[in-house]
Amino acid sequence: MTPQMTEQSTEVVDMITLVIDGFDVTVPKGTLVIRAAEKLGIMIPRFCDHPLLDPVGACRQCLVEIEINGRAFPKPQASCTIPVEPGMMVKTQLTSAVAEKAQRGVMEFLLINHPLDCPVCDKGGECPLQNQAMSTGQGESRYSGKKRTFEKPINISSQILLDRERCILCARCTRFSEQIAGDPFITMNERGALQQVGIYEKQPFESYFSGNTVQICPVGALTGASYRFRARPFDLVSTPSACEHCASGCSLRTDVRRGKTLRRLAGEDAQVNEEWNCDKGRWAFKYATSADRLTTPMIRDADGELRIASWPEAMAVVAAGLSGKKAGVLVGGRATLEDAYGYSKFARVVLGTNNIDFRSRVTSEEERSFLASKVVGSSVTYADIDRADSVLLVGFEPEEESPIVFLRLKKQVRKRGLKVTAIASKLSVGNAKLGSVFVSVAPGAEAAAIATQELTAKSLILVGERASESAGALSAVVALSDRTEAKIAWIPRRAGERGALEAGAIGNLLPGARSVADISARIDLAAAWDVEALPSEIGLSGEEIFAAANAGEIEALVIGGVDPLDAMAHHDSLTALKQAFVVSLEIRPSAVTKIADVVLPVAVVAEKSGSFINWEGRPRAFEAAVADSLQRSDLRILSMIADEMSRPIGLASVKAAAKEFASIGTWDGSKAEFTSVAPSALPALKEDEALLTSWRRLLDEGTLQEGEENLAGTARQPVAVISRKRALALGVVDGDAISVSTEQGTVVLPVLVEEIHDDALWLPRNSRGSHLLATLGVASGALVKVVKE
Amino acid sequence: MTTLTPVLSAHWDEKDSFTMAGYKRHDGYKAAAKALAMEPDEVIQIVKDSGLRGRGGAGFPTGMKWGFIPQGDNRDHYLVVNADESEPGTCKDMPLLLANPHVLVEGIIIASYAIQAKRAFVYVRGEVTHVVRRVQQAIEDAYVAGYLGKNIFGTDVELELVLHVGAGAYICGEETALLDSLEGFRGQPRLRPPFPAIAGLYARPTVVNNVESIASVPAIIANGAEWFFSMGTEKSKGMTLYSLSGHVTNPGQFEAPLGITLRELLEISGGVRAGHQLKFWTPGGSSTPIFTAEHLDTPLDYEGVAAAGSMLGTKALQIFDETTCVLRAVLRWSEFYKHESCGKCTPCREGTWWLVQIMRDLESGKGTAADLEKLLDICENILGRAFCALGDGATSPITSSIKHFREEYIAHLTHGGCPFDSHASTLFASAASSGRGAGA
Repeated sequence: MTPQMTEQSTEVVDMITLVIDGFDVTVPKGTLVIRAAEKLGIMIPRFCDHPLLDPVGACRQCLVEIEINGRAFPKPQASCTIPVEPGMMVKTQLTSAVAEKAQRGVMEFLLINHPLDCPVCDKGGECPLQNQAMSTGQGESRYSGKKRTFEKPINISSQILLDRERCILCARCTRFSEQIAGDPFITMNERGALQQVGIYEKQPFESYFSGNTVQICPVGALTGASYRFRARPFDLVSTPSACEHCASGCSLRTDVRRGKTLRRLAGEDAQVNEEWNCDKGRWAFKYATSADRLTTPMIRDADGELRIASWPEAMAVVAAGLSGKKAGVLVGGRATLEDAYGYSKFARVVLGTNNIDFRSRVTSEEERSFLASKVVGSSVTYADIDRADSVLLVGFEPEEESPIVFLRLKKQVRKRGLKVTAIASKLSVGNAKLGSVFVSVAPGAEAAAIATQELTAKSLILVGERASESAGALSAVVALSDRTEAKIAWIPRRAGERGALEAGAIGNLLPGARSVADISARIDLAAAWDVEALPSEIGLSGEEIFAAANAGEIEALVIGGVDPLDAMAHHDSLTALKQAFVVSLEIRPSAVTKIADVVLPVAVVAEKSGSFINWEGRPRAFEAAVADSLQRSDLRILSMIADEMSRPIGLASVKAAAKEFASIGTWDGSKAEFTSVAPSALPALKEDEALLTSWRRLLDEGTLQEGEENLAGTARQPVAVISRKRALALGVVDGDAISVSTEQGTVVLPVLVEEIHDDALWLPRNSRGSHLLATLGVASGALVKVVKE
Repeated sequence: MTTLTPVLSAHWDEKDSFTMAGYKRHDGYKAAAKALAMEPDEVIQIVKDSGLRGRGGAGFPTGMKWGFIPQGDNRDHYLVVNADESEPGTCKDMPLLLANPHVLVEGIIIASYAIQAKRAFVYVRGEVTHVVRRVQQAIEDAYVAGYLGKNIFGTDVELELVLHVGAGAYICGEETALLDSLEGFRGQPRLRPPFPAIAGLYARPTVVNNVESIASVPAIIANGAEWFFSMGTEKSKGMTLYSLSGHVTNPGQFEAPLGITLRELLEISGGVRAGHQLKFWTPGGSSTPIFTAEHLDTPLDYEGVAAAGSMLGTKALQIFDETTCVLRAVLRWSEFYKHESCGKCTPCREGTWWLVQIMRDLESGKGTAADLEKLLDICENILGRAFCALGDGATSPITSSIKHFREEYIAHLTHGGCPFDSHASTLFASAASSGRGAGA
């Protein structure tokens, strides 16, 4: 064995040389024979084997002959279960008649009970069983008996159907659910040839990751309800793409037929999502083809109604409306890096302002300072999770808010008992699955708990966007990191936020981590952009932009992909919109388009190229999956407006924007200093009062999930979570309804008693019957009144 | 002429043999006291020296198995006794536990002490309620007597013994499936390595032994390794229980030194039922390739049976006379394997499903001569390809019966069905009413 350095780490790995079919191959110790053979280009057929699941050796398809230092195993061995050893000699089907016959025998067994329904099976054409039956099977069956049949199909969830007679019982699905997702809600039932995948009577298969079981099923036994019988794989055009739903940064494959996305699969990226994705990323894409998509520009007439307009007319109206006005730009967290860069440059060059904010959510000035000083330009990666000695979660629920981060944490917890600590008011399902140490705090009291944590320089602090909702929490994180040298990573929920930060779509930063306050940074960028000067005043935050519009200090707004109720809660925002001249760049009608003076339709992610920057700071580039779309990107439209206003931004295409952004580079001068903020005092509670805490669930009533009923069927039920103590005080038990009110409104939900801080009450932020910002006007840390219904 | 050597079965004919009093009358629990006065490694050495090999079928040296348990590792160790006796024809452990449950409890005490396990389990099949009750009572009595629990036999040794009743699956006799079942999961065999000695029950070092293996230990401790070693053949030492069933005048348990022949056992048991001749027999249960009259003088020890092309297995000698249709007998076994296949691996799950269909066709005369070759080829594709030995066992009766009785298979095809009078092979058809005793 010779030590070698692996590419990604400095750990020394013992290498082992063995012989497969007469060829020497050298692989790291611990490698399975089946994968050592792959390295030589020798494909041993297999079904139950999956490189990311524990070996099981159940299907027996990968049998080979093995001898070690001249001593042969008496029987053929499953190459997916045997680690390589020095002196090992392996004969696969290519050089061993025994292995060849064993494999043919197993293939024949697998086929005797498998239906010959390939012509109507979704998997036909991309089926490992079909393919390997061609390579390893007989042309004709020797079986003349009765095939095993089952009633078909059965729903194992609203998303997934099971055709039991097609199942070859490789147990990939059940092993994935248990080992990777930590949701052991499906298991094998019965025995012998009647063995089958089954669900528990009392626990439905409601896993956020269930779609992966469909993807790794090596036959057509598991099918997605929304894709079943929709297409043949050979009619699909596949495009590697990036997921637009969250900041995890999954690589995807988008399958399109005749201009319509029919399905999405997890792409392979060992450094990011490995081979997995979440059900939202897989199954929420119909918003792009919904009947109410905006397809033409619209202008609000004198009678207050929107009417269809031509692009030239719309451009003229926009140019006239924006010219010479004090303006602000709001760009939602879903823009691509290139689009965000377009908005950022448009605000500075065309509108002459730093009034821009990508954060359409609850924010704070503390957060803006944190982002500009600690996050922009930084890089903490998934590999840091793999190496961390412990992970602290602050204002962040990985399973709900960045599911692939959850899977990576789960993997490390399972593999090496990684210690995860969650500072939160409620112990979530995800944190329970991670075995996290739950540091229970009252909403708003996070800072004090953060301050007492003990971390090392090998620790990670994963900070969610909700940390901004607790004054002083981010300051405590910075102090903790300064004290312990633990690394900080900021993990927002939306896919575009990190890219928008890098693109400077925020009031205190210019593109490439250039501080607005830094004159040399401004001069550097002005030179790059070939403009005389850039606005020097720190821009307003989103919330301040609405307030300024209300006060008449801002007269025009350019808004891309923002739901005002998503963000700043206040109905004020809608009145603000009514006063100003509003240009809305949108894909579907929204609260903003209802008021906007001009509505401009934009392309969805599948219709354009671009890139996202995930939470790691890693670019996730993608090409247009739908070819020849007539929809234009935000960037293209902003460029058209700029031209119309005779202040060109010179970003006619995504490529041009990407090139320019890369060329201006990241500022190598000093970063902004972080301004620390003290925590606020918690209010005193009366007996019928609680402090609200909430987050968005992965599957909820987000607009990008609209029209996906099968997906919505596995969403967790909306509940109001209270502690046992409060339940006793209220005299309620699980399932009883309670009402939660502020002055603005009331939410009524069934109670669930769980592990939660006694002063806290948890509600889902945007689920059925629980739209907190719209109904209550608050999200977290606020005082609410709790009454039994 | 080899004679019987009743040790385990020595007192089965005493009415109270299953009680604490009955057991103690014959020096019960003295061996345990003796063992506890030794060092654990000394006990292991004695068992090694005795030459005791596993009585569950595979014949692995028991002392060596105990020696695999890492000592001084500060982890819990477990002893698990496999009492899930389910192999067709096998009927030694259940009578033993019915007649003398205390010998198992005493064996467990000694074995647990040797491997330094503070907790032991007996996994007994669920169908045998009367056996469960007697073992349960024996365990309770042993607790009362201070042989189990804390400070057993007045020492600082501790041992908790748990009786677990299985739910009736043949696969749970496979040791790793048994461990899964004991842990509360579905009984399906585990991937090895890790072997139970390293990561067994609850991922702790575990010894899994057959009932008879453990029950043999008290006598070895009491009488010494040499006493045990003096019985048997060169590599198969000691006495063991042979279970005769089927067309034999006096079926039952016969305890004799390893290496006795069927000819001798038949003489002792009154021979094949009156008026009939031996046709075929299993040396160790349905999973072992069948023998015929030409194997009457094969020494029934591990090496002798293996040399003749079969396995000693559980020493379940099922005797079939000339009235029996071999195809019919084998089909019944095949149906058993199909029913009991756990479903984990392809060859066993699908293969047994297929084998039964072909065998049924053959029995009813619907098959062709080519089906025989197909049958053998399918068996070849199962044997050594399945996840555990259950798949191998399913092929043994088929391949061995075709080897010895190919003409009889063909006769079904030419005859258009079974040429035998199935009634003639039943016991109630037997003209001679033979007495039926229980054991030696």
